[in-house]
Amino acid sequence: MNVEKISGAKALILSLLHENIHTIFGYPGGAIMPIYDALYDFEKEINHILVRHEQGAIHAAQGYARVSGKCGVVFATSGPGATNLITGLADAMIDSTPIVCITGQVSSHLLGTDAFQETDVIGISMPVTKWNIQITKASDIPMAIAKAFFIATSGRPGPVLIDITKDAQFELFNYQYNKCHFIRSYNPLPKIDLNKIELASQLINEAKKPLLLIGQGIILSGAENELKTFIEKANIPTASTLLGLGALSANHALYVGYLGMHGDYAPNIKTNECDVLIAIGMRFDDRVTGDVSRYAKQAKIIHIDIDQAEINKIIKTDVAIHADAKMALQELTKLVDINKHESWLQEFKDAKKIEVDTLFENEKQNYTHELKMEEVIKCLSSITNGEAIIVTDVGQHQMMTSRYYKFLNTKSNVSSGGLGTMGFGLPAAIGAKLGNPNKQVIAIIGDGGFQMTLQELGTILQSKIAVKILILNNRFLGMVRQWQELFFEKRYSFTEMISPDYIKLANAYNIEALQITEKENLEEGILKMLQCTSSFLLEVKVAKESNVFPMIPTGASVAEIRLK
Amino acid sequence: MEKTFTISVFTENSVGMLNRITIIFTRRHLNIESITASESEIANVFRYTIVLKTTDEQVNKVIGQIEKLIEVLKAFVHEDDDIVHQEIALYKVKMNHASSNELEKVIRENYARILAIDPHYIVIEKTGHTTETQSLFDKLKSFGILEFARSGRVAVTKPMKELSQYLKEIN
Repeated sequence: MNVEKISGAKALILSLLHENIHTIFGYPGGAIMPIYDALYDFEKEINHILVRHEQGAIHAAQGYARVSGKCGVVFATSGPGATNLITGLADAMIDSTPIVCITGQVSSHLLGTDAFQETDVIGISMPVTKWNIQITKASDIPMAIAKAFFIATSGRPGPVLIDITKDAQFELFNYQYNKCHFIRSYNPLPKIDLNKIELASQLINEAKKPLLLIGQGIILSGAENELKTFIEKANIPTASTLLGLGALSANHALYVGYLGMHGDYAPNIKTNECDVLIAIGMRFDDRVTGDVSRYAKQAKIIHIDIDQAEINKIIKTDVAIHADAKMALQELTKLVDINKHESWLQEFKDAKKIEVDTLFENEKQNYTHELKMEEVIKCLSSITNGEAIIVTDVGQHQMMTSRYYKFLNTKSNVSSGGLGTMGFGLPAAIGAKLGNPNKQVIAIIGDGGFQMTLQELGTILQSKIAVKILILNNRFLGMVRQWQELFFEKRYSFTEMISPDYIKLANAYNIEALQITEKENLEEGILKMLQCTSSFLLEVKVAKESNVFPMIPTGASVAEIRLK
Repeated sequence: MEKTFTISVFTENSVGMLNRITIIFTRRHLNIESITASESEIANVFRYTIVLKTTDEQVNKVIGQIEKLIEVLKAFVHEDDDIVHQEIALYKVKMNHASSNELEKVIRENYARILAIDPHYIVIEKTGHTTETQSLFDKLKSFGILEFARSGRVAVTKPMKELSQYLKEIN
């Protein structure tokens, strides 16, 4: 048979199409030019978004993946192009986001010679990728792409990097693509141990004060409905981690709030009062647990996670279930009794009242005419009815959003959780809008984080992305300033920050913009932003020195959460 | 409490595997005592033997992270009682006619082997545990050791499911 030979570069594009990839975020450069040349013929099939910095490309791919459930794809060149991806890789790794990065590399005969724009991207990216591989032969490209998508999207998802030498991109070969469904050394879908399910159900059925903690694992396994069925049957109060927000509607009667350092009072203190603690698809991050030696010591612990390495990593479990959340919940629901925990649920309501009353008192005492971040978020939440996709950056505005935006839908909260990457918000929102174009996508960003990746306004301009940008400008690196106030004797070392004129800046990129300084204009401003059919930047000047409470100080236990 | 652990890791034969494994130790600030690698009883499956001094808790976390690597088939952790292990040491000792009788005695008593003889030096080989190869080192010191090299630990386990069995279970 006479098959027409094609280049490695074209094979790469065809392989991506085979994986149903139609959106790519990237930036061209010398070592990836053959791939970009091949891409030129696929303008109809592939929407390539030209970003302004490779970090923007990978954060956009993360936002895209998080709202769509699909794999984000990134192109970058060798050397600096590849190293600019590292922060995003680390972010996607710790937040379990499926990403495939394709980087160009110098020709294979130049490897290790310090050639122009050569860097050991395989070595550099090894600790921050789920898997990576360097390809020096065109014929290896289809296999590598197939494996990459299988690995990135299965099990606990994560980022994968494929480094392709320039000569492999040029080389001609007989292309053939086979999807990958199996790697013998990799077990993404563990078999459920039904004995463990039975043990867990016994503990749950006997529990008087059960508490369920959910994480992003619920969203990643698509277990939202199974979760609801389970908690409604067993009547278990359910709290969420930062990345789990939206997995269960904030309006659900059994939803008791947001966990962790700046989380809600009730689920934090009740963690140290419950008798059975069930954790699903979450990894007991230190921002959730506080002091682990005083964390839920009174409770029996059930931990369900698809990643075996997470089990017993931080918290010793009584029943460990190594499984996919959806499958585990289906099995568990069969065995749990229909139950009622009315007085226990009442305790959460009482604790919530304490929090609301205390925070109200705090606010009354510290009342100023200045706008507060929480007011802005509450206003946005009620106007959007909790229906928007909210992308946050990192800092006080992020914690305020997690606290006061009522997330009603799954995949509607995109935030940099584990890595806490400032600069994540704007590019991630661009990706989120492309991942779910029919939804209102709002990036909530502080003045610090916005200035880290504001070059992506150029991407919004060029690709006409109707993303809404809400800058909460307090003229400080607010979270660091809060810590300086509370733990460093108000020594505000390098946290005061000057901003450019954001309105002029947005206008320079042809983005409509508005600044709000007064409370009475807030609602109108938000409405104007939401009604705009194209991109819009709303800058809200908020109080300079305002703190996020409640707060669990570092080293304290969850029960010691401070309300002021 | 810190103990000596021997970790056996079975992997696919791919570029960079050693690096993937060792960075897991680096990240936790753990120092590897010794590491060896070779093909195992199954073609194209490599066996890494890593010796580490640490706590039970830490070693279990390390094993979890190693097994998470895509190309790792299986990782096991053992304490010394569970394995048969060996190291090899080579000693290049100064040749000296005056002391040759005494040198012969040391070699005999320690069940060491002579690998090469030269008018100026003699190369001696000794396999055993670290304590044994170290003890011979101490005895040879007075003769003048020109060079010394000791391998990492190689080990096979006493009771263990065969790797091929694990492979069947995974498939």
